[in-house]
Amino acid sequence: MKTQLTVNGKAVTIEAPENTLLVQAIREHLRLTGTHVGCDTAQCGACTVIMDGNSVKSCNILLAQAEGKNVTTIEGLAQADGTLHPMQAAFKECHGLQCGFCTPGMVMSAVDLCKKHPNASEEEIRELLEGNICRCTGYHNIVRAIQQGAATMKA
Amino acid sequence: MGSSDFASLPHIGESVLRKEDVRFLTGAGQYTDDVQLANMTYTVFVRSPHAHAKIKSINKKAASAAPGVLAVFDGQDVANDKVGGLPCGWLITSTDGQPMKEPPHPILAQGKVRYVGDHVVMVIAETMEQARNAAELVEVDYEVLPAVVSVLDAKKSGAPALHDAAPDNHCYKWALGDKAATDAAFSAAAHVTKIDITNNRLIPNAMEPRAAIGAYNRASDEYTLYVANQNPHVERLLMTAFVMGLPEHKVRVIAPDVGGGFGSKIYLYAEDVCVTWAAKKINRPIKWTADRNEAFLSDAHGRDHVTHAELAMDKDGKFLAFRVHTDANLGAYLSTFSTAIPTILYATLLAGQYTTPQIYVEVDAWFTTTAPVDAYRGAGRPEATYLLERIVSRAGWELGLSQDEIRKRNFITQFPYQTPVALQYDTGDYHQCLDKAQQLAEVSGFAARKAESEKKGLRRGIGYSSYIEACGLAPSNIAGALGARAGLFECGEVRVHPTGSVTVFTGSHSHGQGHETTFAQVVAARLGIPVENVDIVHGDTGRVPFGMGTYGSRSISVGGAAIMRALDKIEAKAKKIAAHLMEAGDSDIEFANGEFTVKGTDKKIPFAQIALTAYVPHNYPLDKLEPGLNETAFYDPTNFTFPAGTYICEVEVNPESGEVRVDRFTAVDDFGTIINPMIVEGQVHGGLAQGIGQALMENCVYDPESGQLLSGSYMDYAMPRADDVPTFRIGHVCTPCTTNPLGTKGCGEAGAIGSPPAVINAVLDALAPLGVKELDMPATSHRVWQAIQAAKA
Repeated sequence: MKTQLTVNGKAVTIEAPENTLLVQAIREHLRLTGTHVGCDTAQCGACTVIMDGNSVKSCNILLAQAEGKNVTTIEGLAQADGTLHPMQAAFKECHGLQCGFCTPGMVMSAVDLCKKHPNASEEEIRELLEGNICRCTGYHNIVRAIQQGAATMKA
Repeated sequence: MGSSDFASLPHIGESVLRKEDVRFLTGAGQYTDDVQLANMTYTVFVRSPHAHAKIKSINKKAASAAPGVLAVFDGQDVANDKVGGLPCGWLITSTDGQPMKEPPHPILAQGKVRYVGDHVVMVIAETMEQARNAAELVEVDYEVLPAVVSVLDAKKSGAPALHDAAPDNHCYKWALGDKAATDAAFSAAAHVTKIDITNNRLIPNAMEPRAAIGAYNRASDEYTLYVANQNPHVERLLMTAFVMGLPEHKVRVIAPDVGGGFGSKIYLYAEDVCVTWAAKKINRPIKWTADRNEAFLSDAHGRDHVTHAELAMDKDGKFLAFRVHTDANLGAYLSTFSTAIPTILYATLLAGQYTTPQIYVEVDAWFTTTAPVDAYRGAGRPEATYLLERIVSRAGWELGLSQDEIRKRNFITQFPYQTPVALQYDTGDYHQCLDKAQQLAEVSGFAARKAESEKKGLRRGIGYSSYIEACGLAPSNIAGALGARAGLFECGEVRVHPTGSVTVFTGSHSHGQGHETTFAQVVAARLGIPVENVDIVHGDTGRVPFGMGTYGSRSISVGGAAIMRALDKIEAKAKKIAAHLMEAGDSDIEFANGEFTVKGTDKKIPFAQIALTAYVPHNYPLDKLEPGLNETAFYDPTNFTFPAGTYICEVEVNPESGEVRVDRFTAVDDFGTIINPMIVEGQVHGGLAQGIGQALMENCVYDPESGQLLSGSYMDYAMPRADDVPTFRIGHVCTPCTTNPLGTKGCGEAGAIGSPPAVINAVLDALAPLGVKELDMPATSHRVWQAIQAAKA
């Protein structure tokens, strides 16, 4: 089955079986390995990408459902010259990552979170991060990073 | 260089942003599953659906004939090729002088399975999907045997026996301390506090599931194993010398970016050996990536102790003696370091921060039909701390002493301090840690906060925990005398390039700890060069000379010390080159801030010029000095390091629902010298979340009848999420370690070690007015509610 979509600004056509998940298409067909698989029950959020302006768990939708959609993965977040997105920069400055495995999904969720809730309080940020698990940071610096990233994104 | 000189160097104590972050933030990390080799195949393991069963037959025909299938291997194929079982790295000797029972741990089951998830058959196919589909066609005929999942059941006479080598399921009985003197102290005690506690079994859950790729090159007869692992050289050593009988120079182990470990990726696992062995058989690379379900079933679990303990005191609450009996669950097989965890890394810590003169500990370790149990963040030390800090708070409450008072009356204040359980603490300041924690936690305002909570119908409690840990594993001779079958030194190579930039090869492995930054700070500080000019290479036996890896909060104190030793050699040689260039005596050369100077003159040469001279030796003392500037050092520590601190937790408990909320958590740690405070605090945050997770949420549950894992997914095993933990209050005290050149003590495990008893003590403090005295982890709302109801009855 052929699926046409836009990934990180580039039109792509993927030939894959009907049961292919979006995350498999991203990792195995497009070889964009920044998007990770951390569980098999759509709980951990390591596979989060942004599709048509909404963060989605790419392990939990079929490639076919992405037909005609615009998908951004972690590889597509920084500018072409390498300048980091404000949220990426904030994660670095606030030490919001350690092993880096949950990080791409965490950053994509954070970008969506801040677009939709630019003035979220710490408590709201913690609640809105329910869909992403990090085992390294204790979330302390992720929350700080999102607060800082939100401020920069607004500015 | 001494530790005080080191601590005053530039970049030391500076929160340098991490060098590794950009690759992780842009999707450029390279984890094992991201590695794609030409001609790759994929494997799926058929695992036991039963906790305990005899394998009557295995029918591989249908699977072998399925589309894309290249090979299907079982235990018979392994036996035919004479591949050995997985070794245990630590020999424990029982009190009767007999060695521990060490039953075989085959890489594919031989005749019997012993836990749900035990590896039985390996199916290799062109694609992952084909391998999965074919795995479902493998027919294994089992004769199901009874399961036994808890230590209390495993020790009963007539319990189902797992291994012929251990018909009573008993692996060893081990003891430490002077029993007679301890018993005598009890008979003279004014007060004895008793406790029965369980340390709940945990599943580590690094976010990257385990993964391995085996590859074989027929032309050179070389194997390469990519594996999500914390210590690739140890992996290679165990696999070559003990399992496959291969020469080490023909095996390269690469642990690329690794997505968290927490202990669970220290070990040599069956899957790692299987992909390496089978890669030669099919002459193609084989990739295996665990899904989360497999991780739950087959990663080594942590904790799982059942303990009875008694603390003897005089009338003033001064500890006289401590007597402990622990039953430890080892699971179905002995994992790599499993046997050392409930013994060497547990009993030796039971003095804690206190002057208890007599301690006697007995440990019985048991086999059960559950996944192997091994080190998980803290490894034995959280079990010791949980026991000790629970009984100390309870003793205080029984004597009418506050939690801080009972601790202060017993703190060690003179160093070095020899405990009755083998360790000698070099430095510490426990009063300062406690005082600072009380200030940071604003304990003086607790009564007012408690009154506010009560207005809302909530109970507020405060809990203390003053932990100590032994880190920086370990002096090899001591470890060897205690049963270690390997050395515990570390290796570092410092390669100065002709232009003065530096590449360091370290045997430590970073899987989130930020070594690429911290270690670069160490080198930059010593050589007086920018941090950007130093790169750290780790995780590859083909590039790093040797290494023992990362666990036990050892990286900076042992791996960093090895790099310091190599830097000493670099500096000594560079001084000789500088002396030659400046026509001075070797002993007149001084080195500081990246410049070599001649004492008492204004002559100077920058470091980069010395580097260039070493590689372009036109004007060089070739008659007495080799060219080049590349030094390797091995460092074996002379003692453990002893990080310590006091943690204070405040909780609000809803007495109607039993719900517990951590309102504030304060951690004051003494890690000795701190190189990068940002990274160190991040390590503490993560440890605290894991410790709070253990205390309130996480629990590995096997069905006692069937032995099925009931907490086998994120739907069933409660991982801490962002709204389950508070913002942390972190403080530091610094008494530099006296036994390594950096003064560092290690910070990786402290948070997970110190926090669980602080949380539970806080919950018990909150519920004391309701009469609740007993509570086991995890203190879920259901359990707390039950405890409240039980106290009412």
